[in-house]
Amino acid sequence: MAGPMRIRAASNGTETEVKILMSHDMETGQRKDASGALVPAHHITELTATHNGRVVLAAQFGPAVSKNPYLQFKFAGGAKGDKVSVSWVDNKGDKRTDEVVVA
Amino acid sequence: MNTQRREVLKSGSAAGLFGLLVAAGLITTQQAQAAGWDKPAFEAKAMDEALKALGAGKPADSKDVQISGPDIAENGAVVPVGVKSALADTEFIAILIEKNPSMLAASFTLPAGTMADVSTRVKMGQTSNVFALVKAGGSFYMVSKEIKVTLGGCGG
Repeated sequence: MAGPMRIRAASNGTETEVKILMSHDMETGQRKDASGALVPAHHITELTATHNGRVVLAAQFGPAVSKNPYLQFKFAGGAKGDKVSVSWVDNKGDKRTDEVVVA
Repeated sequence: MNTQRREVLKSGSAAGLFGLLVAAGLITTQQAQAAGWDKPAFEAKAMDEALKALGAGKPADSKDVQISGPDIAENGAVVPVGVKSALADTEFIAILIEKNPSMLAASFTLPAGTMADVSTRVKMGQTSNVFALVKAGGSFYMVSKEIKVTLGGCGG
C-alpha cells in the first residue's frame, strides 16, 4: 500500500496554493526487470482535490508522470483553518485520501 | 467459469467499497460520478490521435498560454513542467510530450475559481517538444516548448 501524501496548502488571503507530493511507483509498463520480463504498468490515474468539500482540481495522470508525483496548483479563496483534501486512485484500484489544514 | 465468478465478486466488492466511501462522506457523489480515466486519450500514440481523443480538433496558437520547464533536462525521469494560462475561463489543461510512447502525460480539469496555473513533473524518453493544450471558453489552444533530455526516463 502506498505511503501518505505530503500536502501543503498556504493561503495569502485571496488565494490558496496547494503543493502535493504523492508516494507512488508510477511504473510505466515499458520497463523490463532483470529477467527481461516487462514490469506491468502501475500508476495513478485520477486525482481529486477538494476545499471544504468543493472540488477545486480534477486531474488525470498517465504513466508519463514522474515517480512520486508532484503537483502544484492554486485556487481562489481559502482561509487559514480550511480543509484541503486530496485523493487518488491508481490503475490497480488502490486509493488513498489525505487531508491538510490550510496554513 | 470460475474466473468469471472471481471477476464478478471482485467488481461487486469494489462497488461496495465505493458506496461505503460515499456513505461515509469521504468522497462526494459528484466525485464518484466523475470517475473515469480517459483511456483512449492516454493511450494515443500520435498527436492527431491524442487531440482527437481529447476532443480538441485543431487547436490554435496562443500567446496567453505559457509553458515552463528547463531548456535542458539532465534526468528525463523527472522533468518539471508548468502550464500557465492568461485566457479567461480556462477550464482544462493537458500536458503532451511528442516523443514519448504515449503522448498525453497528464490532464487537469479546473473548476471555476481555480487558477490556470499548474505544475508537475513528467518523464521524457528523449529530447522532445512538450505541448500544453488549454481549453478556454470552449476553444482549444496549444503552445509548445522543446526540452532537451540528456538521460532518458522511460525504460532503461
